[in-house]
Amino acid sequence: MSILIIADHDNRELMPATLKAITAGAQLSGDIHILVAGSDCYNVAQQAACVKGVDKVLSAENAVYEHHLAENLAKLVVSISDNYSHILASSTSMGKNVLPRVAAVLDVAQLSDVTEIKSEDTFVRPIYAGNAIATVQSSDPIKVLTIRITSFPEASINADAVQIEVLSETIESHVSRFLNEELTKSDRPELTSAKVVISGGRGMGSGENFQLLQGIADKLGAAVGASRAAVDAGFALNDLQVGQTGKTVAPDLYIAVGISGAIQHLAGMKDSKVIVAINKDEDAPIFQVADYGLVEDLFVALPNLEKALE
Amino acid sequence: MKILVSVKRVIDYNVKVRVNADNTAVDLSNVKMSMNPFCEIAVEEAVRLKEKGVASDILVVSIGSQKCHETLRTALALGADRALHIDAEDGLDSLVVAKLLAKVAEEESPDLMILGKQSIDSDNNQTGQMLAALLDLPQATFASNLDIANNEAIVTREIDGGLQTLSLQLPAIVTTDLRLNEPRFASLPNIMKAKKKPLETKTPMELGVSTTSNLKIVSVTPPPERSAGVKVDSIEELVEKLKSEAGVIS
Ligand SMILES: Cc1cc2nc3c(=O)[nH]c(=O)nc-3n(C[C@H](O)[C@H](O)[C@H](O)COP(=O)(O)OP(=O)(O)OC[C@H]3O[C@@H](n4cnc5c(N)ncnc54)[C@H](O)[C@@H]3O)c2cc1C
Ligand SMILES: Nc1ncnc2c1ncn2[C@@H]1O[C@H](COP(=O)(O)O)[C@@H](O)[C@H]1O
Repeated sequence: MSILIIADHDNRELMPATLKAITAGAQLSGDIHILVAGSDCYNVAQQAACVKGVDKVLSAENAVYEHHLAENLAKLVVSISDNYSHILASSTSMGKNVLPRVAAVLDVAQLSDVTEIKSEDTFVRPIYAGNAIATVQSSDPIKVLTIRITSFPEASINADAVQIEVLSETIESHVSRFLNEELTKSDRPELTSAKVVISGGRGMGSGENFQLLQGIADKLGAAVGASRAAVDAGFALNDLQVGQTGKTVAPDLYIAVGISGAIQHLAGMKDSKVIVAINKDEDAPIFQVADYGLVEDLFVALPNLEKALE
Repeated sequence: MKILVSVKRVIDYNVKVRVNADNTAVDLSNVKMSMNPFCEIAVEEAVRLKEKGVASDILVVSIGSQKCHETLRTALALGADRALHIDAEDGLDSLVVAKLLAKVAEEESPDLMILGKQSIDSDNNQTGQMLAALLDLPQATFASNLDIANNEAIVTREIDGGLQTLSLQLPAIVTTDLRLNEPRFASLPNIMKAKKKPLETKTPMELGVSTTSNLKIVSVTPPPERSAGVKVDSIEELVEKLKSEAGVIS
């Protein structure tokens, strides 16, 4: 039996998140096959073919797969699922959208956000916003898992290219249509894979004030994140939300500025190696998880921090 | 148009849970329970569609113990028209929940089904997608905007890189994200009125769905605790410590 991993990509580049799912897959026994479905995405298939640990790439190129619509992609995955013991994807919005659909058609359960692989059938995952850790054993014939990307390192991309098998069958559903996309363009590192993240909360006071974080992020090569309160108040875009119901990050350094430290926020960042909190309220719960805490008004602290980094 | 909304009773989001002494589950005794926040958003969205004249009938469904009646009454007070309780054990797998909802959908033929994107207890984020798969219907998960026109749902979704907009042919399944709307509070008169709205009960057996699970919980343990570190007095001290002590900046 083999392991199938659904690649996440934008038709040009393989996402680092997929490299992490490959590391997880390599802890199971069996060949690793990567499905690259998309449109004009041969480049991605070639990248996948050079990832260490990968035994075969399956390439399905067709316009119907361009935006990874769940209806088409899930059916494609099910159509090739016969010889697989495990089907994995990273817990990106693509993985979360598509894999439960695959599992339901296969009549098996799905395990979300797996943080550890104990054995072929036993997996660890956080529940209750990470306030409890469940170890779960599955007796389903096929295990369908999404992989928490902060829990596994990236597989390296320097192996000799393996075979790329072209899948010619196209599955198109006419019930859903892509209309448009507004993607944030940023020169900064991607939030979930950045080594340093600086996040702002409601305490930032406005969207303009987020500029104070940008200057520091430039100096540290950091990604910028936000709390839900900051996103809801319109200070930051929704794709910057860190937390239980936003993105999970675990950088070497996480700097929380004007964030109180609600359970839902902590769920998304408490596995960071070093946590710094800047908050003017010395009783803010964020200080209970911070390695270094500075009780100060952020409008004083941030300009000083930018200067100190020069 | 008929809308089915599925609501789950979960631990209140303000409560910090504790794992029980024998590491088999979290301790839910004497803990405040509420409607899952994403389900509140789902109910709100359905009620707004009714207020706009787009929807005429809102059925809310909850699956679990008798206590789900509270959750269903809340949904009725918020503006749903009728409720269905599926009397089963709490904590069923998302796949079983989706199968039960699929049976209800076959009987009721809703034009739109709105679910939360995620339960804040299991953190599964699966049921809506599974329901869509079982019914072979289109889905739009993580919705931050929903419009209905010409028998289509135009849905904007929160995705990793930003926002994506899809058009789905009805019937369809939508799961809610936090920015879809801000749920209202139930008014006292509406709470009183909700007591008279119809609430029906069915069992999984009546719906012909087995509730057995292929997942076995081996253990539930507390996460590793992070202890508070030190307070620094100034930015200079902070930067110095990040360089020489933590070694995370150069
Ligand atoms: C279903 C659900 C899901 C959720 N998911 C998430 C999630 O994924 N991520 C998330 O972050 N939240 C999430 N939340 C929200 C969460 O409960 C909190 O409301 C939110 O994290 C609070 O954000 P905040 O810390 O920025 O705001 P607040 O709690 O208002 O804290 C602001 C902080 O800024 C400080 N401050 C103010 N002014 C200054 C100043 N001038 N200088 C220094 N400090 C200052 C204050 O002392 C305070 O501590 C969720 C909630 C629900 C119900
Ligand atoms: N027991 C349940 N009863 C009613 N609805 C549920 C139940 N479990 C899950 N749901 C619905 O499915 C959504 C996503 O849940 P989950 O897949 O468990 O994260 C919830 O927000 C509800 O709308």
